[in-house]
Amino acid sequence: MNLCQAINNAMDIALANDSSTCLFGEDVAFGGVFRCTVGLQEKYGKDRVFNTPICEQAIAGFGIGMAIVNEAAKFRYRTGNLFNCGKLTIRATWGAVGHGGHYHSQSPEAYFTHTPGLKVVIPRGPIQAKGLLLACIRNENPCIFFEPKLLYRSAVENVPIADYETELGKAEVVKEGKDLTIVSWGTQLHVALDAVKEAEQEIGVSCEVIDLRTILPWDVDTVAESVSKTGHLIITHEAPITSGFAAEISAKIQERCFLHLEAPINRVCGWDTPFPHILEPFYLPTKWRLMDAIKKLIHFQH
Amino acid sequence: MFRRCFIPTCSQLSSVVASRENPLAIFHHCSTGSDFRLDEFTDKYLNHHKAEFTEKLKILSPNEQATIPIYRVTNSEGQFIDPNYDFDLTKEMALKIYYSMITLQQLDKILYDSQRQGRISFYLTSTGEEAAQIGSAAGVHDNDLIYGQYRESGSLLYRGFPLESFMHQCYGNAKDIGGGKQMPIHYGSAEHHYVTISSTLATQLPQAVGSAYAFKRFSKILQEKNGRIVLAYFGEGAASEGDAHGAMNMASTMKCPIIFFCRNNGYAISTPTTEQYGGDGVGGRALGYGIHVIRVDGNDLIAVYNATKAARELAEQNEPVFIEAMTYRLGHHSTSDDSTAYRPNEEVNAWHDKDNPIVRFRTVLKDRSWWSDEEDIAYREKIQKEVMNALLYAEKIPKPSISSMFDDVYKEMPKNLQEQRDELTEHLSNYGKHYPMKDFEGIN
Repeated sequence: MNLCQAINNAMDIALANDSSTCLFGEDVAFGGVFRCTVGLQEKYGKDRVFNTPICEQAIAGFGIGMAIVNEAAKFRYRTGNLFNCGKLTIRATWGAVGHGGHYHSQSPEAYFTHTPGLKVVIPRGPIQAKGLLLACIRNENPCIFFEPKLLYRSAVENVPIADYETELGKAEVVKEGKDLTIVSWGTQLHVALDAVKEAEQEIGVSCEVIDLRTILPWDVDTVAESVSKTGHLIITHEAPITSGFAAEISAKIQERCFLHLEAPINRVCGWDTPFPHILEPFYLPTKWRLMDAIKKLIHFQH
Repeated sequence: MFRRCFIPTCSQLSSVVASRENPLAIFHHCSTGSDFRLDEFTDKYLNHHKAEFTEKLKILSPNEQATIPIYRVTNSEGQFIDPNYDFDLTKEMALKIYYSMITLQQLDKILYDSQRQGRISFYLTSTGEEAAQIGSAAGVHDNDLIYGQYRESGSLLYRGFPLESFMHQCYGNAKDIGGGKQMPIHYGSAEHHYVTISSTLATQLPQAVGSAYAFKRFSKILQEKNGRIVLAYFGEGAASEGDAHGAMNMASTMKCPIIFFCRNNGYAISTPTTEQYGGDGVGGRALGYGIHVIRVDGNDLIAVYNATKAARELAEQNEPVFIEAMTYRLGHHSTSDDSTAYRPNEEVNAWHDKDNPIVRFRTVLKDRSWWSDEEDIAYREKIQKEVMNALLYAEKIPKPSISSMFDDVYKEMPKNLQEQRDELTEHLSNYGKHYPMKDFEGIN
């Protein structure tokens, strides 16, 4: 399955297993502009999979309202938790796509990570996408699930057909290493893996690569443990650098791993500009910018 | 809003056409291109509103359209316009409504004063809008879900939310079912089907539509004929928010069992309605969305009750309805506002004296011999004591535990929050003397 099919499969399972689950948004009825919802309306009916008017604020509000009813029916008298919208999951396409310009490329996760109460989740491929999306749908908190749209068709994996969940709030060490830690998520994780391969061949440095997967609340322990071992940390994301989520990781790890750090923590991110159209190749935190950062970090002199 | 960039491929378009019911039917009985287009426009573009061509160049003027009339049963003095009008309220229900109006008035008076004395931090009265709130709450079923703005305490009161619970919320004490986390008057009660108020205007409206849609689905699944509906309140100022537009459009396209109830009280804080909209009030928009509408005299309790009851019957059939209740905000916007800065006292006094919703309804009750001036005085004294007792009780209860600040952010407490809770606890063990520790139930 590619990433798009894995997401379709996850939603198919969620709709099949819980009759209160509904799927709606702009153009989802005919299968979605990215084909993620293909076949679901035919299978589950127009009252469960449907189009809405073009109004994002109303779509979010409508979803909250549906979830409140679902929850009120199940947990009516819970003390100190009278109502909630924990059953809400918001899916959105995310990240650079090669030619998306200002409004089809953005990575807005940091706006949401400053909002206590939300969970923010980003998969790096089809297997992750299915497990994490099912976990989000069933999680008792409102979740935002960002889907790296560059990977919709390009990422293909053998995704298990069965129902499974990938735990939220847990990072994954995708590749072990001993000299340097790189943390990333979504599409950028693949850029990091490319850079690491190149760096290992060129300068023989051993890099550990961590996929954060859940951006909020994030897995501090896994990252801290890795950095305590390697002494070097690079965080890389597509979003602009200032107040991007790398700033949060950097500050926290500096606090937790101060005595283990052998060089300043480095952030390789998008520039502080709107996402450009024709200049995209120079905007993105490329493999070469990561290579550059790895070399500088390893050769850092006290 | 981004969809325009994604042009469907031919195969996608053909699948859309193929799935449409009876796609070729239109071609059989359309003789001319004009007929074809009028049928298309009528059926698919205009929601079955009959389309016509015109060769007369005319731009429609809002001034030439009929204004939605204001439905009323009694005049400002509380006399029935039709002397033979026989309303269907029982004495028991009419008195319950009146008791709620008086209790709301006493609650407002005492809590307003207590804010002025610095006992609570904030308050917001319902003065002048008692009939709009309580009449509409009486017109729906007690288990219909209410989403409010913040000036609908009367609806919650009518449903039996205890006086103590109002007080606990305003004091944010350990007995507040909301945990003391929100400002005063942000009430909520699952038991009374009243979704917790938030300060952000109009955000409740698309949420209310979502809940109504869920009710519609439940009714269908359970095959109930009389499913629950949603009653969503908002002011005429909040109606200017984008969320109000989104909500009405969604309710219409999704055919949701909902009543939008707009309290048009003439002001949004200092902003008069002339600076809020240029059309026929807020109700004038409803038809544009394809939603049923009625404008009602908001100070005429019987008219509000009748309108809401009739609206409920429509809503129950998944036809959304809009009610615009014309009323007047007699009090200040809130305790943080002095309304004499933007409107003359004479205006307020005129509304208070010439069109008072409580006086109007009391006249109706007195004319039926269901109520007397003596009973009125005695009842007010009794309620005043009850409200005062509730206030004094709530005032003595300590504030919740300090660590409860970290509860309910998520269903479970993530590690970062556990660490922050522990950090605060440790800090307070050393520096507690600089904090108002004694007012709270303790750290944990």
